[in-house]
Amino acid sequence: MAPAFLAIDEVAKSFAGVSAVDGVTLAIERGEIFALLGPSGCGKSTLLRMIAGFEAPDAGRIVLDGEDLGPLPPYRRPVNMMFQSYALFPHMTVAGNIAFGLKQEGLPAPAIGRRVAEMLRLVRLEGLAERRPHQLSGGQRQRVALARALAKRPKLVLLDEPLAALDRKLREETQFELLAIHRRLGTTFVIVTHDQDEAMTLAHRLAVMDRGRVVQVGPPREVYEHPATRFVATFIGTANLLDGRVTDAAGGVMRVESAAAAAELSVLHDGAVPPGAAVSVAVRPEKLRLGNGMENTLTGEVEELAFRGDATLCRVRLSSGVPVTLSLPNRERTGAFLPRPGERTRLGFAAADAVLLTS
Amino acid sequence: MTSARRLGPFNLAALAAGFALLYLPILALAVYSFNDGRMVAVWSGWSLRWYRSLIDNRLMLDSARVTLAAGAVSATLALVAGTAAALVLARAGRFLGRSAFAGLVYVPLVMPEVIIGISLLLLFVQLDLDRGFPTLVVAHASFSAAFVTVVVHSRLVTVDRSIEEAALDLGSPPAKTFFLVTVPMIAPAMAAAWLLAFTLSLDDLVIASFATGPGATTLPMRVYSQVRLGVTPEINAISTLFIAAVAGVVALASLVNKGLLFGRK
Amino acid sequence: MSGAGRRLLIAAAAAWLAFVVLAPFLIVLKISFAEVMQGRPPFTPLFAWAEGALLPSLRASLANYALLLSDSLYLDSYLSSLRLAALATLSALVIGLPMAHAMARAPQRWRPALLVFAVLPFWSSSLIRVYAWIGILNDDGPFNALLLWLGVIARPLAILNTDIGIVSGLVYSYLPFMVLPLYASLERIDPALLEAASDLGCRPAGAFFKITLPLALPGIIAGCLLVFIPAVGEFVVPDLMGGSDTLMIGKTLWTEFFNNRDWPLASAASVLLILLLVGPIVVLERQGSKRAEERS
Repeated sequence: MAPAFLAIDEVAKSFAGVSAVDGVTLAIERGEIFALLGPSGCGKSTLLRMIAGFEAPDAGRIVLDGEDLGPLPPYRRPVNMMFQSYALFPHMTVAGNIAFGLKQEGLPAPAIGRRVAEMLRLVRLEGLAERRPHQLSGGQRQRVALARALAKRPKLVLLDEPLAALDRKLREETQFELLAIHRRLGTTFVIVTHDQDEAMTLAHRLAVMDRGRVVQVGPPREVYEHPATRFVATFIGTANLLDGRVTDAAGGVMRVESAAAAAELSVLHDGAVPPGAAVSVAVRPEKLRLGNGMENTLTGEVEELAFRGDATLCRVRLSSGVPVTLSLPNRERTGAFLPRPGERTRLGFAAADAVLLTS
Repeated sequence: MTSARRLGPFNLAALAAGFALLYLPILALAVYSFNDGRMVAVWSGWSLRWYRSLIDNRLMLDSARVTLAAGAVSATLALVAGTAAALVLARAGRFLGRSAFAGLVYVPLVMPEVIIGISLLLLFVQLDLDRGFPTLVVAHASFSAAFVTVVVHSRLVTVDRSIEEAALDLGSPPAKTFFLVTVPMIAPAMAAAWLLAFTLSLDDLVIASFATGPGATTLPMRVYSQVRLGVTPEINAISTLFIAAVAGVVALASLVNKGLLFGRK
Repeated sequence: MSGAGRRLLIAAAAAWLAFVVLAPFLIVLKISFAEVMQGRPPFTPLFAWAEGALLPSLRASLANYALLLSDSLYLDSYLSSLRLAALATLSALVIGLPMAHAMARAPQRWRPALLVFAVLPFWSSSLIRVYAWIGILNDDGPFNALLLWLGVIARPLAILNTDIGIVSGLVYSYLPFMVLPLYASLERIDPALLEAASDLGCRPAGAFFKITLPLALPGIIAGCLLVFIPAVGEFVVPDLMGGSDTLMIGKTLWTEFFNNRDWPLASAASVLLILLLVGPIVVLERQGSKRAEERS
């Protein structure tokens, strides 16, 4: 197998004896948008700072395009970063900020001018070259920071929570803009984020991190629909976890006796799980449906309804006492199809729509 | 994360050299105050004889009393005046002459001491006031009030105004709100400001020389007239006591202002 | 705040300032136009009521100013004060900048203690600190002893009673005034800016000049003015450390006032000194209010 474009190999880092990154190995391909996703303190930012060169790994290697980055200080790495705070130089203009890295390269002035103009066009800030950062809106600052990180045409661009400081509406627009810019340049992006929506919209592949380790790597759909652990299932999207024990495994269908569901559940599962093993059956709220006739049927009492516009969240307390959440798409405008709080109801899901989790 | 970074050798050297420059002379002064010999530069063994001879020095003791009293009274006066000025700057909004007001508040911070001294002396002469303890107190209050204003104002602007507005909303009149709500929140800054005004008064030589009169000679004035005659171990002793006292007061003030003593919340 | 209480507070605070700050300066200004005479007070009144006249006659004299501007003693005092203060300011900047920079880059938990120790000397009597400094620089003091021991010099250097002695005394007295604003502006610089510079290919030394120094400029200006302004009018240092031929305006004023008892001349000299310092003070004030605006 050919070595990856960015190979992170058994990298570890601890601060004052506390492990921040604990033996991370990742292979990131040329031209891909790769997201490091996890809760705060999971080590994703430390990993990013090690790729940029601001922290030195205690162990392991980081190799970019065949070159070991280890001995290179940050200012010699073909890697540029867009900082979470943007870190725009307040005493320089927009153009000055974008030109800063090019001047360090010793590029002749006309070439710098051309590149700066090109970058301003790319991020649609043509008229603002002479503004100072404090004269810009949050969205404009974000784009200056992006332009500055792209200006040197680095092999790798690191984006630290690129959209976190923007409000929701602007964030959605900017996501698509970022994708368009990436398609035009084809540069490899590594994004750090704690926001699963951001990671799933932007990334071709993502790595979910927890307590310094990578828990799962894959395309967004795969990670969402086939979470490897309870942590991934609940951190990415929401999941109803129904705990139980495996009673029988035959023909790829697991039978799970679940006290939480007050029922025996069947779940499609590929791997082998010994009978008696403690497992969780994870079901996404949109995979749960009201009514009879599904492979798994449960009963419960409707407690609360929360209108969300496109869907209504419905909280049902199962007869076992365990609450579950359903997401009911609002296909009709009247809402007459919705149950009422206090109503007893049947609900269920298909064996193919649930995931069996052993850890 | 960045706090994990260590200081490089260049930075460490800069710190060491800077603080050595600031403190070694004072340290040397303190060490030689315990020297037994009359010659300051020749070490002849540890002794407390210069401290003992201070105790018998009536003039020095009288001056110490004057200095402490002037410090306490002027600091209190400065606290009232300086806090009022800080309140005006932080809470009174716009009014005619506000920028002139702000200018006057901070003038004593930057004026050379000699000029403050001359101008206050001429004021007292013009008003036909005999110079002595009262004029000394007013003179010290006039410049230390500016420091009080700086300290109290910087605290006032960080106080959330909605807390005061909540008190007004709940029916407390403005004056009562000030004493029941605002003062408790700025109390640490006021305590620190008082202590700092106190030390400013203790330290001052130049303004006191102009503003005071016979019978109210301060300790720095006594020390000054002795220093002019040359370096003696007795001055080392009194300077050491003085610095120890001031360092104690300042340490107290910074503890108070950080909320470590009276609690801020 | 509104209504009568607010007006009362403003009036009271303004009255205090008018009494202890404004009035004294106006009186200095007035007396600077008077003439010296024997008596109490030892100067002529500015207004005189002639017998039967309706309005007082003004008896302002520009003689004091004329004397100040023609007498080389005063001109030299002003010029050498400016020169020595400028030298001291520059030296304090050269010494204070690395120190403040190191303080601002020190680990977070050290910084409060470093700050307290940098400010502490400011609160101890400047007289005593000058006295301590004299003890160091004395012919038989530790500084000369060190140089002799190192073999750098054969005989003790006479540093006291020279201009170098005065400059060193001013630096020693006012170093905290330089370090404090420098530290404040250096500490406010987001470390991410230096990381960004490094990320974009800039070496640490380059980043210091391209990022750190420009961003610390307000602190540098404030620190220089905070040292320069009081150093120009300094009395204790030139009095105790200067020779009989060193002239600084603070010392000259003092002598004029106490020894010669020429109050009108001393007042005129004060007015000129204030005029000399108005420029720097206004710049300092601008810096301060600009920073206050940025903070709010």
